[in-house]
Amino acid sequence: MTFNIYDFTSFTTWIDQSLNSLMSPTLALITEMVIIGVVFLLFYAVVGLFLVYAERKVCAFMQNRVGPNRVGPYGIFQTIADFIKLLMKELVYIKDSDKLLFNIAPFIVIIASFMALSAIPFAKGLHAIDFDIGILYVIAVSSLGVVGILLAGWSSNNKYSLIGAMRSGAQIVSYELSVGLSLLTIIVLAGTMQFSEIVEMQSDGWFLFKGHIPAFIAFVVFLISSTAETNRGPFDLAEAESELTAGFHTEYSGIKFAFFFLAEYMNMFLVASIAATVFLGGWMPFHISGWAGFNTIMDYIPPFVWYIGKTAFVIWLMMWFKWTFPRLRIDQLLTLEWKYLLPINLVNILLMAFLVLMHWHF
Amino acid sequence: MDNTNLKARILEIVPDAQQEENKQYLTLLVPAAKLHELAVKLKTTADLSFDFLFCLSGVDYGKQLAVIYHLNSTRHKHYIVLKVKTDDRVNPNFDTVCDIWRTAEFHERETYDMFGIRFNNHPDLRRIFLDEDWKGYPLRKDYVDEVNIVEF
Amino acid sequence: MKEIVNLPVSKPEEEEYHINMGPQHPSTHGVLRLLVSLQGEIVKNLKPHCGYIHRGIEKMCEKDTYPQIIHLTDRMDYLSSHINNHAVCLLVEKALEIEVPERVQYIRTIMDELTRIQSHQLWWASFGMDLGGLTCFFYGLRDREMILDIWEETTGSRFLQSYNCPGGVMQDIHPNFQKKVHVFLKTFKKKIKDYEKILSGNVIFEQRSKGVGMLTKEDAISYGITGPSGRGSAWSCDIRKTEPYSMYSKVHFNEVLRYECDSYSRYMVRMQEMYESMNIIEQLIDNIPAGDYAARMKAVIKLPAGEYYQRVESARGELGVYVVSDGNKTPYRMKFRTPSFTNLSVLDHLSRDMKIADLVAIGGSLDLVIPDIDR
Repeated sequence: MTFNIYDFTSFTTWIDQSLNSLMSPTLALITEMVIIGVVFLLFYAVVGLFLVYAERKVCAFMQNRVGPNRVGPYGIFQTIADFIKLLMKELVYIKDSDKLLFNIAPFIVIIASFMALSAIPFAKGLHAIDFDIGILYVIAVSSLGVVGILLAGWSSNNKYSLIGAMRSGAQIVSYELSVGLSLLTIIVLAGTMQFSEIVEMQSDGWFLFKGHIPAFIAFVVFLISSTAETNRGPFDLAEAESELTAGFHTEYSGIKFAFFFLAEYMNMFLVASIAATVFLGGWMPFHISGWAGFNTIMDYIPPFVWYIGKTAFVIWLMMWFKWTFPRLRIDQLLTLEWKYLLPINLVNILLMAFLVLMHWHF
Repeated sequence: MDNTNLKARILEIVPDAQQEENKQYLTLLVPAAKLHELAVKLKTTADLSFDFLFCLSGVDYGKQLAVIYHLNSTRHKHYIVLKVKTDDRVNPNFDTVCDIWRTAEFHERETYDMFGIRFNNHPDLRRIFLDEDWKGYPLRKDYVDEVNIVEF
Repeated sequence: MKEIVNLPVSKPEEEEYHINMGPQHPSTHGVLRLLVSLQGEIVKNLKPHCGYIHRGIEKMCEKDTYPQIIHLTDRMDYLSSHINNHAVCLLVEKALEIEVPERVQYIRTIMDELTRIQSHQLWWASFGMDLGGLTCFFYGLRDREMILDIWEETTGSRFLQSYNCPGGVMQDIHPNFQKKVHVFLKTFKKKIKDYEKILSGNVIFEQRSKGVGMLTKEDAISYGITGPSGRGSAWSCDIRKTEPYSMYSKVHFNEVLRYECDSYSRYMVRMQEMYESMNIIEQLIDNIPAGDYAARMKAVIKLPAGEYYQRVESARGELGVYVVSDGNKTPYRMKFRTPSFTNLSVLDHLSRDMKIADLVAIGGSLDLVIPDIDR
């Protein structure tokens, strides 16, 4: 296929081989892990900082403001300045809080989002691990974050935090179902859970278009429920600043607060990239079958750009939600999930299975 | 109902009420013991139906402490002002009207806070603005506070 | 301060716990403290604790002359400062039986209605924010700036104007006043459509506010809930209609009434009132008669001995000023019946067995201003 001009497989294989020729296989493996770890940490920090900046600019755009514009051109260094400020801030310890849990909670949250990042394919051949159960892994790992949130709320010795954590627990556990089921709809269509294969299968059209109505329903449901899962508005009940001041992270300060903050944005990035990969073809360029010339032009745009573009689009959608809608109430939130999204999802899977059996998809 | 009829009706209920001079509203000085009985009748009697207590204020007249009730009927659009007075400055108390007009609950708490007038049968008579351990009642004329009030 | 630390200790078998909402809390819009007893998320009991910014305005009034008192009234309900000033001026003028020039009445009415619009704009902004729609806050504040600019030109101040004085206003309107008001009306008529789009028709907003905080008409009257909150319970309590003052008897406007009795109807009343206020201003702004901007007053204003009461319709409800005068230049006793204080008393009744989120919505729909409660 022509779109393999930007194939990273040979590059990663070359690194693997040269490392193996230099040192023993165990040492090579460890070195690779370290390299990947460092690269991901950098990537994590850069994306996190950029997303905070992007959110502030998008939010300013929605609210007829300018947004950050003092530090650097267009204020692009604002988040770096904020990060330095957060690093230097005093860490406040709360009387009668559970010190151990209070301290490890932000790490659990951030590790959960960090682990999930490893399965995402950024371009052809550019992913840390290509699991054959990639989707299952991502769902499983990303839901670990709720443990951190619950611990943070519980250990803070603050009733507002506890209410926020409990809300968050109920919310994430419920919406996990919808996320899983809407992805399952696409798994029925794709027949695999491996991210790389899912992307390859979309070379002649994205699943959003290939799967007709059921795929579109699944996409909408995924958008709603993933917004809820990342605790973002209009589902930000766990923070709900007008009700609970700041929810589960009320008592956190300095860098620990920054961890929660960063994890929120990385979770947003994660669900956006899953949405982009599963529904919008991931790094796969936009192809229309039969239009060879058009497809070739599309192939010259690097896959990484495609991937980032699609992810950015989904992230922008989620920001748009947040800055437009008022917040739901906890019972309305659960009603939406258990009475609407879940039944719709179940019917939708049946519909998709029927479609696949009848070969009515493209 | 105009003020003459209104006065006649109220004198039927409380014969020893006295009219006070006021250009704006019909003002009646009512004996404190009859206040609650009169208030119930003002609210429930169909042709009076004073259902809106729009102001309740305490006043310190020097020797006497008074509570003034501004009443309005949303149906008949007439007004009346009731006034109760007491000479007792140490332990002044009147019957509450907050079982009749719910809005009186906060207003009576404020009057208690500022004038020290107690309202019998009030469900939750605590100070509303000042601290529980505040000494004295600031809006009384004999209130002295050397620290916070600067005399010019 | 001791009080804050010692919350009531909840017994495990009661399954109730207590939290302090405030004195510093985003949704109390100031230093109000609500002691809330909760069962899970459900509000079982609520006790407001006021007085954190009690300044003793009523006590200060007993030492001040009437023109001085006007400057204190600004600080009560700072969002309807013109209307507060107006109330005291009307009371003094009524007691002295002074006829103010017609120009003054026009100016005062226009200022009152501008006040009402900007107050409702800020309320809309903060109500949206209470419900989690942060963008509303910026929309509301953006449009409010235009009114503040108009005021700044004429009164010299943006927030606490003290523009009214007994007998008239402090100085004549700025030459640009009428032009700028026209520009504002034209702009805001377009912008208010955005308000309707972003909140009124939103599904989430309707779900959050419809059926929340039901206040029947009987309860509204009994609790003395006036203003837009009372009219949201179908109680026709507009002082501008029942006891018209200034120009209100001569202009045509509708008293907005809604019959749903919930937070949504209180919201809709305020939205409609902004249209009505613009309607009133439009009738007056081009017809301001020439003349003096203040009647001649004696240098020292002394009210004849007696008792006076003046009611006006502020942006939040009925503002009453009660004065006992002994004939001196200072009042013997001055009492302000402020709308927020009485409106606060119903919060417990409305939010029983509702959720915390509903409590925030109800508090927002009552439009409490804390200095107006504490005075």
